[in-house]
Amino acid sequence: MKTNRRIFLGGVSAAAVLSTSGRTFAQKKYDEGATDKEIKIGHTNPYSGPASSYGVIGKCEEAYWKSVNERGGINGRMVKFITMDDGYNPAKTVEVVRQMVEQDRVLCLFNTLGTPTNSAIHRYMNQKKVPQLYVSTGASKWGKYKEFPWTMGFQPDYHTEAVIYAKHILATVKDPKIGVLMQNDDYGKDYWEGFKEGLGKDVNKVVKHVTYETTDPTVDSQIIQLKDAGANVFFNIAIPKFAAQAIRKVADIGWKPIQYLNNVSSSVASTLKPAGLENSQGMITALYLMDPTDKQWNDNAEMKVWRDWMNKHMPGANQDDGNYIFAYAVSTLMEETLKRCGDTLTHENLMKQATSFKKFRVPLLLPGITVSTSPTDYYPIQSVRLARFKGETWELFGDVMSAEGS
Amino acid sequence: MAASSKKWVLGVIVLAVLVPLLQPVFPDVVSNYRLFLISTMIIAAIAVLGLNLLTGFNGQFSLGHGAFYAVGAYTAAILMDKLNVPYWATIPAAAIVCFIVGYLFGLPALKLEGHYLALATFALALAVPQILKYKWLEGLTGGVQGIVLMKPEVPFGLPLSEDQWLYYFCLLVMIVLFWGAANMLNSRSGRAMMAIRDQYMAADTMGIDTALYKTVTFGISAAYTGIAGALSACAIAFVAPDSFGIFLSIKFLIGLVVGGIGSLFGSVLGGIFYVLVDNSAQSLTQFIRNDLGLPFDLSAYTVFGVLLIAIIYLMPMGIAGGLYMAYRKLRGARA
Repeated sequence: MKTNRRIFLGGVSAAAVLSTSGRTFAQKKYDEGATDKEIKIGHTNPYSGPASSYGVIGKCEEAYWKSVNERGGINGRMVKFITMDDGYNPAKTVEVVRQMVEQDRVLCLFNTLGTPTNSAIHRYMNQKKVPQLYVSTGASKWGKYKEFPWTMGFQPDYHTEAVIYAKHILATVKDPKIGVLMQNDDYGKDYWEGFKEGLGKDVNKVVKHVTYETTDPTVDSQIIQLKDAGANVFFNIAIPKFAAQAIRKVADIGWKPIQYLNNVSSSVASTLKPAGLENSQGMITALYLMDPTDKQWNDNAEMKVWRDWMNKHMPGANQDDGNYIFAYAVSTLMEETLKRCGDTLTHENLMKQATSFKKFRVPLLLPGITVSTSPTDYYPIQSVRLARFKGETWELFGDVMSAEGS
Repeated sequence: MAASSKKWVLGVIVLAVLVPLLQPVFPDVVSNYRLFLISTMIIAAIAVLGLNLLTGFNGQFSLGHGAFYAVGAYTAAILMDKLNVPYWATIPAAAIVCFIVGYLFGLPALKLEGHYLALATFALALAVPQILKYKWLEGLTGGVQGIVLMKPEVPFGLPLSEDQWLYYFCLLVMIVLFWGAANMLNSRSGRAMMAIRDQYMAADTMGIDTALYKTVTFGISAAYTGIAGALSACAIAFVAPDSFGIFLSIKFLIGLVVGGIGSLFGSVLGGIFYVLVDNSAQSLTQFIRNDLGLPFDLSAYTVFGVLLIAIIYLMPMGIAGGLYMAYRKLRGARA
C-alpha cells in the first residue's frame, strides 16, 4: 500500500508541474513501432532474384539510417531500419510485410520496391492502417487517396512523364509521325497509356507501335519496322540495355527521327555511353534527379555533400549508379517526415505530415523541383524538366513542367 | 497403416485443430501472423505432396511443378475475380483444370524419360509466367499487373479471425488430400504406380497399363499442386506472374528431397522446411549483422545453401528418412 501511495503522490505532483507549465510540451503519443528511444520502419527489396540490381537501393538506405543514428537519431530517437528480401516475388512480399507489421510492429513501411510487390500489400496496408510511404515504383496507381489513404508514391509517375512528352511533340514538331518502342510489361504500358492520353485526338499520329520482351536478344527488327513505317519522331520506352541498342540501331540504319527517351534510361553512363555519345546528340528526355555521371553537377553543393556521404558511409560503391542518388533523396524526405512528427509518432500524424509538404526542397532533385503534397495530392514529385543531350551532358531547357490537372 | 502410427496422426491433427484456439490465452505466441505462416507451410506441404506422388511414388521427374501451381492459382483467381465464385468452390475447379493440363502434358511426356522429362517440365515452368502475360489472355489474367483478390471471409459468423479461418480451411483441405493420397497408395493403383517406379519392364509385363498409369499420375500430381496454388491465391489475395518464377519449382524439389522422397510424412516436413528455413535464414543473417555486429554480409541464400548441404549430407534420405533411421538405431540400442 505504501508504494502505491508514493506512486500516487508522485503522479499528482508531476501532474501539477505539467499543468503549471501549460501546453508548452506537446504530449508524447505513440503508435506501435515508436517509443521514447526508437522508431521502427520496415522496408522490402529484391536482394536476390531477377531484379536484384535494385538491391543497392536497400543497402544505401540501410547506410543512410545508420548515419542518421550516428548523428543522434531523429528527435533523440534511434531509427531501427528493418529490411527484408522478397526476391521480387509478391507472395513473399506479403509474408515478410506481415512479419514486419504484426511481429516486429513497425511504425510504417518505407520505399518498398516494385510494382507487383507493392500491389500485393496495397490493400493489406490500408486495412491495417499502417502507412506505406514513398513506394519505390513509378506506376501511377499509388496516389489514390480516397480508396488507399495510407499509401503514397514518391517519383513522378510514368504516366505523367509520357503526357509531357506527347504535349511537347504536338507543340514543337510539325506534322509528327510517331514511332513507339515499348517494353511489354506494366512499366511500358503505363508510359504508353499516358502517351496516348497526352496525344488526345491526335493519337493517330502514332504510325507504328512495336514492343519487345526483356528476354529478347536485340530490338533491331523493331527499329527497322519503325523506320519503314515512315516515322519522324521516335519515342523510346525501354530500360537502359535496350534503349542503348535502339539508339545505336537508329544511327546505324541512317534513320534521323527526333528522339524522346524515357527517364528510366536517362543515365549517361548506362545508356548513352554504350549507345555512343555521337548517336545521342539532340535526344530529349525528362529529368527530376541529378545524374551522378553528368559533369554539369560536379560542383553542385548538394552533389558534393552526397559524394562525401557516399565516400564515408558506402565506401567502394559505384557512384555512377543513379540508384544511390534515388535512395539518398527519398531517405532525406522520410527523415524530414519523421522529424516533423515531433513526439506524436502515430500512423495518423505520419500521414498528416507526409501530406503537408509545401514546396519542400529535397537534395539532389533538379533545381526548381520541389516536393508538394496535400490530403488530396498523394504525388510528392510531379514535375520534371525537359533536357536535350548535347556534348556529354543533358542540357536543361524550358520551365519546370507538370501534367495539367494531376 | 499400423495402429500406432494411426494414433500419432490423429494426435497431431487434434493438436493442429486446438492450437489456434489458444490465441486468446497466448496472443503473442499464437499470433495471426504465425497462423498465416503455418497456413503457407500447409500449402507448401500439399504442393510437395503433389510432386512426391509423381517423383517419389511413380519415378517421373518434374522441374516444373511451379507451372501447375500457377495454373491452379490463376484458375482460382479468375473464377473469384470474373465470375464471383466463392473461394471454396475454386479449389475443386482448380483441381479439375490442373488435372486436365497435367494429363495432357503427361501424354507427350510418355515419350520422354529421366533427364529429358526433367528438361521438358523445366521449359513448362519457364513458359507459364510468360504465357500469363500474353496479350490475348491479358483480359483474364490482368497481365503483369496480376489480379487483386479479397481474403476469404469467416463463414457462419464464427468467432474466428480471418487468419484462423484460413488456417482451418487449409488444414481441412490438407487432411482430405493426404487421406486420399494414403488410400490411393494403399490400393491396387498405388501398387501399380510404385511397380512402374521400381521396375518399369516388369510392371509392363505383368499387365499394368503403364502409359495410362503414368499420364493419370501426372494429372493427379498436377491437380494436387494446383490445389495448393488455389489455396495460395486465397491466402495471399493476389496473383501475378512474378510469384511463379522458376525458383518456385526448384523450391518444391528442395522440399521434396529434404523432406523425404516417397514419404507422405516427408512431404509435410518438406513444406515446413522450405517456409521455415527460407524465413529463418533471412532472420539469422540479420541477427548476425545487426545484433551481433559481426561483419559477415552473408546473403540469406548462403545460409540456406549451407543448411541444405548439411541436411543432405547428414540425412541422405531426407528428414523423414533420417528420423526413421534414428528411431531404428535407438530401438536397436535398447534391444
